[in-house]
Amino acid sequence: MRTVTSIRHIEAVVIGASTGAIAALSQLLPPLPQDFPLAILVAVHVPADQPHSIASLLQAKCRVRVKEAEDKEPAHSGTVYFAPPDYHLLVEDDRRLSLSNEEPVNYSRPSIDVLLESAADVYRDSLLAVILTGANHDGAQGARAVGRAGGTVLVQHPHSATARMMPDAALAACPTAEPMSLADLTDLFLSRGRGLLCRP
Amino acid sequence: MTQEAAARTGDIELRLFLEAMYSQYHYDFRGYSRASLKRRLALACQRLGCSTLSALQERLLHDDRILPQLLDYMTVQVSDMFRDPAYFRALRQHIIPHLKTYPSLKVWVAGCSSGEELYSLAILFREEGLEEKTMFYATDVNGNALARAEAGVYALERVALFTKNHRLSGGSGSLSDYYHAAYGAARFDQTLRRRTVFSDHSLASDSVFGEMHLISCRNVLIYFDRPLQDTAVGLFRDALVRKGFLGMGARETLRFNAHAKAFTEILPQERIYQKRGETEDPCAR
Ligand SMILES: C[S@@+](CC[C@H](N)C(=O)[O-])C[C@H]1O[C@@H](n2cnc3c(N)ncnc32)[C@H](O)[C@@H]1O
Repeated sequence: MRTVTSIRHIEAVVIGASTGAIAALSQLLPPLPQDFPLAILVAVHVPADQPHSIASLLQAKCRVRVKEAEDKEPAHSGTVYFAPPDYHLLVEDDRRLSLSNEEPVNYSRPSIDVLLESAADVYRDSLLAVILTGANHDGAQGARAVGRAGGTVLVQHPHSATARMMPDAALAACPTAEPMSLADLTDLFLSRGRGLLCRP
Repeated sequence: MTQEAAARTGDIELRLFLEAMYSQYHYDFRGYSRASLKRRLALACQRLGCSTLSALQERLLHDDRILPQLLDYMTVQVSDMFRDPAYFRALRQHIIPHLKTYPSLKVWVAGCSSGEELYSLAILFREEGLEEKTMFYATDVNGNALARAEAGVYALERVALFTKNHRLSGGSGSLSDYYHAAYGAARFDQTLRRRTVFSDHSLASDSVFGEMHLISCRNVLIYFDRPLQDTAVGLFRDALVRKGFLGMGARETLRFNAHAKAFTEILPQERIYQKRGETEDPCAR
């Protein structure tokens, strides 16, 4: 498959999802080994007043460390960082994470576009962006920015997504984006993809 | 131009723009978090009709009337009264009892934006019977925001959230005792700011003023890069009395700060720190 062989020196993964996010992430993240060699940054839209954070929900199912990002925290491999509710998550040149309260983008805070655009700016062609299920267009601009910076964009197959609007929009906005099933994404993250995902 | 080269040019333009801002107007944004600042300035360029940051720089240098507008883009003005009610509840339950032991108090709200945090604290101190012996200092780098803070007028549709937050913070009375609603706006009781000094102060370039018992600086340091965060927290350490308190935003931490050791994390969940006494300060030894 072209995608797999074209992923070379990936340094970080960013993931965006909305409607159906918890189910999709519950399939994608739990199989990852504790020593997964990359940092994973995630922006999902969830109601701010949800009693249990999605991070703690997923931590219970995962071997990798899952947490909400704190301001200026260094992005470490083997860790999944969620944008905290009501904050945008961004990456700085020194690979530290920044939070921001600025206005919602696409009615969303966190916004997937904000995360992807800032990550594209820092990681350039060594970024892998994954757009999952969602019922809005957030992430499309971001996917385009990642593609333009030379990064890789993979999108959950619209027909297999709980909500297909977000995958459709990302595929339309980013000409180099490739659709993939969740199972193939999982495979790519796991042993088969592992050698390819590692830095050279 | 390749994407790579364009990105490099963008970085050069940003550096020059921040130098121009600093040299001409003494607003120092050079140590701000780049990721957010880049977004904000891209937005400013777009809205002000400048195709590049260099074009915006030319306007900035030759027309000081755009300065206030630019400051509004470069600083993020989002706030609410009793934002994160758990923070204010923790102040009430755990910090106020310490503060009650002092004969007089100084409280600094650093980066007060349009005043929501200041009025929240003023109400809390009134409810806890500490208002009369307290002086508040509300500072911000954005002059427009400070003017709104002094006015204390907020859109009425925001008041439902303020009211809910106030209640969740453990507020004894009703928030409606503190404002007067008219023409779609809630005007907060002017006596609440009787004991407040508002002033233009930048954590990036101004010096310390002092002997504070409590500093509340929330959601301001997230816009600073690591070295500038060190500078600001150094300022707070110097401004606080021994055993004084520092409250931060819900997702902010001193963990990555050079001065972390000068503080004890007394309420980790609510991000409230206490400055160590001289003898327990490991740096002093
Ligand atoms: C997001 S608001 C936080 C408002 C309030 N503290 C809260 O938590 O709700 C950030 C504020 O920090 C101010 N600010 C930014 N840079 C500053 C600086 N160098 N010195 C003082 N205030 C600054 C901005 O003007 C803005 O009012």
